[in-house]
Amino acid sequence: MSIKLEHINYVYSEGTAYEKHALKDVSLEIPHGEFVGIIGHTGSGKSTLIQHLNGLIKATSGALYYNGENIYGENYNLRELRNQVGLVFQYPEHQLFEVNVLQDVCFGPKNQGLSPEECEKRAREALQLVGLKEKYYDHSPFDLSGGQKRRAAIAGVLAMRPKVLVLDEPTAGLDPKGRDEILDQIAYLHEKADMTVILVSHSMEDIAKYVDRIIVMNKGSVMFNDVPKKVFAHYKELESVGLAAPQVTYIMHALKEKGMDVPTDATTIEEAADGIMKALKKERAAK
Amino acid sequence: MIRDITIGQYYPADSRIHKLDPRVKIVCTLLYLISLFTFKSILGYVLATVFLFGCIKLSKVPFKFIVRGLKPIVILLLITVGFNLFLTPGGETLVHVGFIKITEYGLSTAVYMAIRLIYLIMGSSLMTLTTTPNSLTDGLEKLLNPLNKLHVPVHEISMMMSIALRFIPILLEETDKIMKAQIARGADMESGNLIQKAKAMIPILVPLFVSAFRRANDLAMAMEARCYRGGDGRTKMKPLIYKSTDHVAYLITILYVVAAFVVGRYVPFKLWIF
Amino acid sequence: MKMIKTDKLVFEYAKRDEEGNVIGKSRAIDEVSLDIEPGQFIAILGHNGSGKSTLAKHMNALLVPSDGTMWVDGMDTKEDEHLWDVRQSAGMVFQNPDNQIIGTVVEEDVGFGPENLGVPTEEIWQRVEDSLKAVGMIEYRHHSPNKLSGGQKQRVAIAGVMAMRPKCIVLDEPTAMLDPNGRKEVLRSVMELRKREHITVILITHYMEEVVDADHVFVMDHGHVVMQGTPREIFSQVDTLKHYRLDVPQVTILADELRKRGLDIPAGVLKKEELVEILCRLN
Repeated sequence: MSIKLEHINYVYSEGTAYEKHALKDVSLEIPHGEFVGIIGHTGSGKSTLIQHLNGLIKATSGALYYNGENIYGENYNLRELRNQVGLVFQYPEHQLFEVNVLQDVCFGPKNQGLSPEECEKRAREALQLVGLKEKYYDHSPFDLSGGQKRRAAIAGVLAMRPKVLVLDEPTAGLDPKGRDEILDQIAYLHEKADMTVILVSHSMEDIAKYVDRIIVMNKGSVMFNDVPKKVFAHYKELESVGLAAPQVTYIMHALKEKGMDVPTDATTIEEAADGIMKALKKERAAK
Repeated sequence: MIRDITIGQYYPADSRIHKLDPRVKIVCTLLYLISLFTFKSILGYVLATVFLFGCIKLSKVPFKFIVRGLKPIVILLLITVGFNLFLTPGGETLVHVGFIKITEYGLSTAVYMAIRLIYLIMGSSLMTLTTTPNSLTDGLEKLLNPLNKLHVPVHEISMMMSIALRFIPILLEETDKIMKAQIARGADMESGNLIQKAKAMIPILVPLFVSAFRRANDLAMAMEARCYRGGDGRTKMKPLIYKSTDHVAYLITILYVVAAFVVGRYVPFKLWIF
Repeated sequence: MKMIKTDKLVFEYAKRDEEGNVIGKSRAIDEVSLDIEPGQFIAILGHNGSGKSTLAKHMNALLVPSDGTMWVDGMDTKEDEHLWDVRQSAGMVFQNPDNQIIGTVVEEDVGFGPENLGVPTEEIWQRVEDSLKAVGMIEYRHHSPNKLSGGQKQRVAIAGVMAMRPKCIVLDEPTAMLDPNGRKEVLRSVMELRKREHITVILITHYMEEVVDADHVFVMDHGHVVMQGTPREIFSQVDTLKHYRLDVPQVTILADELRKRGLDIPAGVLKKEELVEILCRLN
């Protein structure tokens, strides 16, 4: 279930005053089962990029291979692609429309042409996966709390049983607890449901502890594409494009500059604390 | 497609037309539109063309922006032209193939009708492109002010209009987003008969309405928080006062209308009989 | 006189069942009493549903207390005659940048408040110019708000409030829908305003990094004020903050973790420079 992008370019409103080169020569490969983070600030092209993954936007030039097949091929079935690559938009709760939660989640499977029984089965399964309690299934989606609405909306995509799950800032507007719950749930999905997960965010701190790899987008191009530790090592360049590495990265670098022997590639608090304790002990032993 | 409608989209530029009082632009546009329907000879259209293109030039709005306003009416245009072309009797028969018959009168009516429609849209697009929706509604409010005496809530209506205009682009963007989100969930908008297509709109319309109401609610609160309490006791940041250029603009338009009317109707220069 | 004072403020709303029948009452705010001095920078923290936004709406008389009293600049918000004075004294900026801009051109939007107050035309222009300059948006005065970024829209909204010359500005989660750049940009504007105009700022948020410079912090949960004090006092209680579902900055957690492991670090470290300095001294 790999996704491969080759020299993708995308130009908005070509030939008008608003022409904008949103993606510039983007080449990427996302193998099956990976948990990838895409980071960039507003206007970096990250949202445009992910809409290419399920064929909602067609590249101006370049090729996109899903499982080795070019999705811009003549007889390629885009509907089938959309069944395989589930896309959760930003503020997905704004797409809820049915009379109750269960029916709303059934919308995707129904569009896939499944029997009503099968639809319901998949919907229940998806709702369980996102951890929404059964007592809410017959509530109107509009009566749920913000966090619950978002879960229901994510379930709406999961019910289609995608192989790849793409989420565009799934935590926007949630409070810290809601954010952590959603991210934990996504990590759980990645592990249990054997899904490739692509998480778009503008917060490094949020995704540092979850993802295998980070793709940093800037002005429509891929700026970095590496494991978190290596990406954060470029914290100064990240800053120059309006992104920031986690706070601990800054602390570790500052300590190193002041002559303390700490590992600068620590990204979590645990690692940082371990590194600092070790450095201090070494120093004391030397004295 | 909905994005192509230029009516209601302001093009910022620093031009004489932009600086005119909105009342001038509304009244002159109306006069211009009426003038289009009085001509009986091609000379009238020549004058109308000169006037329109002169205004476009003065406005500094790129020509393609004005032309883009025509896109949504292409079909209407084709139908009108078709009807006039095939169904107007009179004059010499130019083409006669089977049941299709095009007469001289038919051809000239079709051409003039097309020009009228195109100029009509271009003229009104020029007005909306050079006038912010707010000053447009301000202008309307002031022009319609006499209706206040008949208890018509003129201020409220114009406030509603300007808010609607502000939210049109936002709601269009939102429609686009919701549509994409539902397509990502496998929704099919293209195939099926009319009823199925109408049904396919529900997953888009329901969220759109919900969002519109949420926005309306938020906006009402924001307006109240900024002490909005209707039109009474309100002052204006940009009160409408006629300047000398506005009088000049009125004068030019009236001259045009009179000239066009006289020339277009009574000067016996006819390319085609009308 | 206090800028804002509440005495056992209660706000109740009716709970309804599926058919819309009232089945009971719930308290979004439960007997909150607090004082805010003029010129202070106050932060109110709390997770979604803690009652912090409801409290903010009382400061602008968009909501009136079910019980208890709220005074804004000495005026009881429940009395109708003060309604417009209250709203003029305590201006409000909301969360969603799109849904609070009324004008279709930036400067017209900023002029909306003064127009409603009946300010003479010439003065409106002066105020619009001053306010747009104060938030650094003067070069965008002729732009359409739709073409601005989220952070810029919020700065326009702040200018719109400033043009009403309030004594106090209440910001209800102004950064919740922005990206990190927008967030920084809005906070910088607010801080500059505060320095220049000596205005009372009440910032409601769930981002703890935004409150490190506050004079006083209130933490709300279930309609109650559960913690209050200086940022340092608040941040020194990492476990309690986590209990109230708040996001403690990484520096503070790291400092806390190191302290738990036996290092001599004071509680409530707020900034990364501070921690680096302490650690260097220990080294």
